[in-house]
Parts: sequence; C-alpha cells; structure tokens
Amino acid sequence: MLKILKYSFYDLSRSRWSYVYFFFYLLLGVVLLFLNNDLSNAVITLMNVIIILVPLIGTIFGVMYFYNSREFTELLLAQPVRRSSIFLGQYLGVAISLSASLILGLGLPFIIYGLFQSGAIWDFASLLISGVFLTFIFTAIAFNIALSNENKIKGFGLAILVWLFLAVVYDGLFLLSLVYFQDYPLDKFSLVASMLNPIDLSRILILLKLDISALLGYTGAVFKQFFGTGLGAFTSVFVLILWVVFPVWRIKRIASKKDF
Amino acid sequence: MGRFYFLFLFLGLTTSFQAQEIEVCKSCEVKTIQVAVDRAENGDVIRIKSGVYKEHDITIIDKSLTIIGEGLPVIDAEMEGTAISIRAEKFSIEGLKIINVGRSHTNDFAGILISNSKNFEVKNNRLDQVFFGILLENSSDGIISGNKITSNAKNQATSGNGVHLWKAEKITVKNNEIIGLRDGIYLEFVNNSEILNNLCKDNLRYGLHFMFSDQDLYRGNIFENNGAGVAVMYSKFIDMQDNQFRKNWGSASYGLLLKEINDSELKNNIFEDNTIAISADNTNRINYIENDFKNNGYAIRIRGAVYDNIFERNNFLYNSFDVAYTGRLNENKFINNYWSGYSGYDLDKDGIGDVPFRPVTLFSYLVNKTPEAIVLLRSMFIDMLDFSEKVSPIFTPADLIDEQPQMKRIQW
Amino acid sequence: MVSITNLHKKFGSLVVLNGLNLQTPESGIIAVLGPNGSGKTTLIKSILGMVVPQKGEIDVNGQKVKKHWNYRKDIDYLPQIANFPGNLRVQELIDMIKDLRGKEARDRELIDLFKLEPFLDKKLSNLSGGSKQKVNLVLCFMFDSPLIILDEPTSGLDPVSLIRLRKLIQQEKAKGKTILITSHIMSFVEEISDRIVFLLEGKIYFNGTVEELKTSTGEKDFEHAIANILTENHA
Repeated sequence: MLKILKYSFYDLSRSRWSYVYFFFYLLLGVVLLFLNNDLSNAVITLMNVIIILVPLIGTIFGVMYFYNSREFTELLLAQPVRRSSIFLGQYLGVAISLSASLILGLGLPFIIYGLFQSGAIWDFASLLISGVFLTFIFTAIAFNIALSNENKIKGFGLAILVWLFLAVVYDGLFLLSLVYFQDYPLDKFSLVASMLNPIDLSRILILLKLDISALLGYTGAVFKQFFGTGLGAFTSVFVLILWVVFPVWRIKRIASKKDF
Repeated sequence: MGRFYFLFLFLGLTTSFQAQEIEVCKSCEVKTIQVAVDRAENGDVIRIKSGVYKEHDITIIDKSLTIIGEGLPVIDAEMEGTAISIRAEKFSIEGLKIINVGRSHTNDFAGILISNSKNFEVKNNRLDQVFFGILLENSSDGIISGNKITSNAKNQATSGNGVHLWKAEKITVKNNEIIGLRDGIYLEFVNNSEILNNLCKDNLRYGLHFMFSDQDLYRGNIFENNGAGVAVMYSKFIDMQDNQFRKNWGSASYGLLLKEINDSELKNNIFEDNTIAISADNTNRINYIENDFKNNGYAIRIRGAVYDNIFERNNFLYNSFDVAYTGRLNENKFINNYWSGYSGYDLDKDGIGDVPFRPVTLFSYLVNKTPEAIVLLRSMFIDMLDFSEKVSPIFTPADLIDEQPQMKRIQW
Repeated sequence: MVSITNLHKKFGSLVVLNGLNLQTPESGIIAVLGPNGSGKTTLIKSILGMVVPQKGEIDVNGQKVKKHWNYRKDIDYLPQIANFPGNLRVQELIDMIKDLRGKEARDRELIDLFKLEPFLDKKLSNLSGGSKQKVNLVLCFMFDSPLIILDEPTSGLDPVSLIRLRKLIQQEKAKGKTILITSHIMSFVEEISDRIVFLLEGKIYFNGTVEELKTSTGEKDFEHAIANILTENHA
C-alpha cells in the first residue's frame, strides 16, 4: 500500500490542482493576517472557510481524482497488489496531499506572523485538526460515491448533493426541528444532532475555543458540561474518527466486490 | 491692640500644635488601639507601630482623630464582629491591615464601619478576609482611596461587599483594588459621588453596583471576571466613562447591566470578552458614544421598554451578536458606528458605507426564542438565513438600521 | 496452468459467463475467440481477479484466485485498451511497474526491440495509439512470468512491430509458457495458436486445435470455419 500511496502522492504532487489549492490557502492566510492584522478575526474567517470549503474541495477533488485515475487503477489491478491497497493507497494519497496543502498553506503565513508567540495557537491548532479530519472524511465519502457510480456526471452530482446536505440542509432541518419542538427539552437532542454531522461537530469544536462557550452556558448546561469536559473532547474526536473509519471501511468493502 | 491680637492668634496656633500624639505598640505605654482611642482628644494623632493587635469593635465616637499605621500593623478581629467603627467628623485612617472580620447573617460586620460621619479619609489600608470591607452609612464628604480589599466569597448569602455605601453624598472612591468579595463597590442612595480608577476583580456578584443613586460618575475603572461587571439599577444621571469591562464570562454574565436607568451617558468604555456586554432593560435617554465592543457574545442586548437611546460612533468588533432585540419595535437610534460585520461599499469615498447596516440578525431572534439554536452559530445555513432576512426583514425590527455605517474603525 | 470450473458472471441482468469450464495445457498458445459480447474479456479479467464472478472457481498454478493477489506475480497481462495515467512519462511508468513488481525486468531489450527510445521522456498522454500499444507490450513482456495473457495484442501496431510481436510470442512459447490470446485478426490467430477456445453464450462451444476446428465444421479455411459456427448458431 505504501508504494501505491507513494505513486498517488507523486502523481498529485504534479497536478496543478494541488498547487491551486495550496496557493489559495497561502493567499487566504496572508490576506487575513497581514491586511487585517487581527488574529481573532482571522481565526473566525478561517473557520468559515474550513467548515465549508474544506469538505467541498475534499469531495470534488476525491471524486475527480478517482475518475481521472481509472487507467492507473486498472493498470494496478493486473499487478500483484492487494485490491484494498490500491484504493486505500489512492485515498490516503489524496487525503494526505490535500491536508498538506491546507496545513502548509495556512501554517506558513501564521508562522511568519509569529503565531507561536501568540495565545491563538490553540485556536489555530484546533482549526487545522478539524480541517484535516474534514479532509479525510469527505475524501472518503467522495471515494465511496465514485466507487459506486460508474457514471461520472452522476457521481459528481451525488457528491455535491452530499456536501450540500451536510453543509447546509442538515442545519436547516436541525433548526426547523428545534423551533418546532421548542416546548420540549432539547439539550440532548441538539447534542446528538450536532455530533452526527462532522461539519457541525468540527464547527462546534472550533467555536468552543472562540465565542460559543459562554453563549452555550447561557442556554443549555448539558451542552456546555459535555463539550467543556475531557469526556466531551474525547467523544467528539472519537466520533470524528468514526466518520473517517466507516467510509474507509466501506471503500474496502465496495472495492473488493467491484468489477473493472 | 494689634499686638494683643497677634498674641491671641499665636496662642491659638500653639494649642492646635499641641495636639497630642499617642503611640501604640507592644512595648509602649499604650498597648491597645482602643486604649489609645479612649485617651485621645479631638485632633490627636494615633501612631500604631507594626505588630499584631487582636482587637475588635474598636469604637471611635465624636473624636476627630488621625490614625496612622506604621509598617502595616495588623488588626486581627479574630472573626468576631467589626474591627473599627467610627462616628465622627474630620478623621482619617491610613496604613492599617485589618484581617478576619466576623461573619453574620444578622449584622453587617465590616473592616471599617463609618456611620453618620463627615469630612473623612480612609486610605492605603489593606483589608483581608473581611465580611464587609469598608461600610459607610449616612455620611458625606469622604474619600476612600488606595485601599486593597480581598476576601474569598463563596456564596452570596455569606459574603459582603468591598466598599458599601448607603445613604451617602459626595464620596470619592478611588484607586482601590477589590478582589473576591460579593459586590466590589455597592452604592445605595448615594448621590453626587465619584468612583475613579478602581480595579474590581473576581467578585461574586457585581464589580460595581448602583441602586437608587443619582448624579454619580464612575470613570477609569477596570471590571474583570466578576459575576457581572457593573449593575446600574433604578438610578439616573450616571456618567460612565473610560471604564474597561472584561471577561465577565459565563452563563448569565454581563459586562454592564442597565435596569431602570435614565438620562445617562456611556462614553469611551471598552467591553471585551463578555458573554453579554450590555444588557438594557427599561432604560431611557442614554447616550452610548465612542465605546468599543470586542469579542463579546452579545454586544448589546435590548430587553423591554428601551426608548430614546442613541448609539453613536461605537466600534462593534467581532461579537457573536452585535445587537439583539426581543421585539420588533425599535425606538432607539444607531448611527455612525463601525460594524466589523458590515460588508457594504463606499463608492463616494466619504468614509460612510453607501448601504445601511442592519445590526440585528434573524439568528439572534431565533436564539432568543429557542436558546438551543445557538449550537448553529456561524453555520452556513444561518449565514444564508441572516442574509435573506437582511434583504427583506420579517422578524427583526425593520427600522433598526445604521444609516451611516463607518468604513473604518473609529479612533477615539 | 489455469483451471476454471463452473464460472458464472452476470452484469445486472446480462448473463456473460454461464457455467464455463476450462483447463489449459501446461504450455502453448491458446486463442480465446468468440463473437462480440461472448465474454472473452470478462473471462480474462476473471482470471486476473479484476472481475469478481458470482459463482465458480478459478485456479492459477494451483492457487485460488478469489480474494488472493499474490498469484498475479506469475501473470503478465496486456490489456485491450492501453489506458495509462496521462501525466506520467514513459520511463516513469516503466520504473513504477518495475518497482511494484520488485522483479528482474528486461525493459531495455524490449525498448530497443520496439524502438521506443525517443519516447521515453514523453508524457503518455502525448503518445499515439500505436506507441501506447508498444509501451503496453513492453510493460507486459518485461517480466518473465509463466502465464501471459494478451487481450487484442495487435491493435494499432504497424506491420514491422507486428512481425516483432509474433516473434516475441513464439520466443515466449519456446520457453514453455502458457499464453492466452484474444484477437480479431483471424490470420494472426491461425498462424500462432496451438489451440482454439471458442466462447458462445457464456460457455465454451469449442475447444481444440485449428485442424480439429476445420474438420468439425467441414470448412477448409479457418475464417470460414469460425463464420460457420456463428451462422449455425444464429440462424
């Protein structure tokens, strides 16, 4: 698998899109930090980018890479290589190169800005960790979709729909049910609902480092108690890991049954 | 005749110079403060040398004394009642350290209790482990300055206030540090007084608390990490300037709580990292001018019956909610403020955005109705919702608009 | 060498292989023929593990194919359509496959044979169909595996290369290897194959030498013999 990973990574490192992605983050980081000069504002803007853009790019890039590397895949399938290694190798190649673009693109301007002297380093670290998790999750989802759909257009459409659902529609339904059932205690419901969507979960994990913690205290004690404790942090990370593991496991399963 | 007059004057001066000075120390003739007080005449000076004096309920009545501690002598009240209580005119107390004031549910024991007094000064004392720190009632024309008052208040019922003023006039409270009490500074029926440059930190309830007090000024104070920074209730003509309200962070925490207060002004204050920077309830004719609201949960939360307030030239920087309203009615004016969330443009380059700004979001309205919705803060769906509400307001006050939002942060 | 028993494969409702049985001899060239859609490529891909059959067993050199991958060490495969990752250079692709196999390879010799030297630094996406097929052949023949599977090896080749390919295949046969070939060029098949396996409706309709085929159909000409099978069955 490491060999496949190496070649996927090598292949991607020569793809123009990896650089576009990297320079986009670099530019964003530089603009936010050096034109705005306010770290806390930069972190908030970055959060918006990370919870919306990172999943979108992970999804599109994952689907695109899968369809575009079909020949490579077929070539590999005839070689004495384990099937799951091929797909996991390619998946890791995409996810790692996207994460690297994210970490380097945002990290460099922050390091130059003097992040390590700043108290915002933990906010920033939680941003990057969430970003990496989201990249791994949505790339895995994208691979799932692409593996199950031979038709590229259909695959792309489905991938965008999944992203749209998790990024926007889910929150809409969430809000609707909160408003509709507002006469009932909703603490536990909102806790579970926000755990189930990786975008919401990442958003809350980042917000806990920023402004929401006091506001949460203002509303539901259950929420704050949960996320404020070690158990909450542990559970959140665990759920995020599940969100990676389950789609990856499904990649393996579909791949072992698929005909080429 | 002239000569005689001069002699008379001279005699008069010498008598006042002849004011006695009494020293108190362990090896002195006078070993306790109470004895010194009992021996002293009007105008005498009592010098207390360093050491520990286990005394409580030291009482001074109708004697104008100057009490000076040298080398920070300690008065240990051994948890029994008040340390010093005074009823007099023209006196001063300085340089003492008072510890272990008694606690009670029925009596307001204090480090220094001043009642029915006038023209006094309490300065540079240290009060530690007190119930009430400095308690003042029915008094006027006093200065309380440079004191450091600390305690470890755990709950409101068993703790007292740092500086507690009740029915007072023309009092100046300045340069004090008050940490870990119930209320840092408490004023009830206190008029024409000034609260200047104090630090109120880690107090259980409020850093500064006004009740039924008018024509007062507080300026240059720092309120940090209190249950709530400042509460101004049932008062009018309060001048609030150059204060910092910081880190009043937690459920139901405020930077500044305004309740039934009229005709006042807030100017050049800084509100940073508060759950709610200002909560206004029944407040009328208040001018908010050139304040900074930075990184608060809510910058301004308007509850019921708030009329004719003017918000002008303030900076609203990265608050989760800039302004939150409970109803759809708006009788207040927002103009010429800088809003970090403003995304309009300025084509004519006059420094004023060409599109008005709506500071109240639909989301703040939703959170008000369904508090749990706060978990959706800063999600894309909410941003879209807020955007559509801004285009055509349905739930939020339609006329709540800053017609002249500034393009750049206001320097004041 | 390859032993297939009762192989079934459906794509959706389309039955492609329907209880196919096949035993290949230890060495020699076997041509797999059949009309379009008769399941030739599916059969080959099943042997390679690229297509997962619903039922049946395939053994290669005594090793089970299902859920295994190591047996592919002993197979050289030439895919029908030479699709390669476009942004790789020819040399890089060859190096990569060598690296993946971790085996001795005679890539220099084959590059010389097919005159690929000037293309080594070109990206695969810039290559003509014929040149791609040559690269494909190099990748296939550079390892010395006992089983060689060639899916339409002649497509896109110029006559000179075709002659070289024929020679190459004969050389490999001489080493005692098993070679499975599919092709539409009947003259090519007739010339090189030792046995003909004819697929029809997902089963083996005929399995024997070229001569046997001619006698059984009563046709003198190979091409006519094949046509005969088809017309008889579709008439």
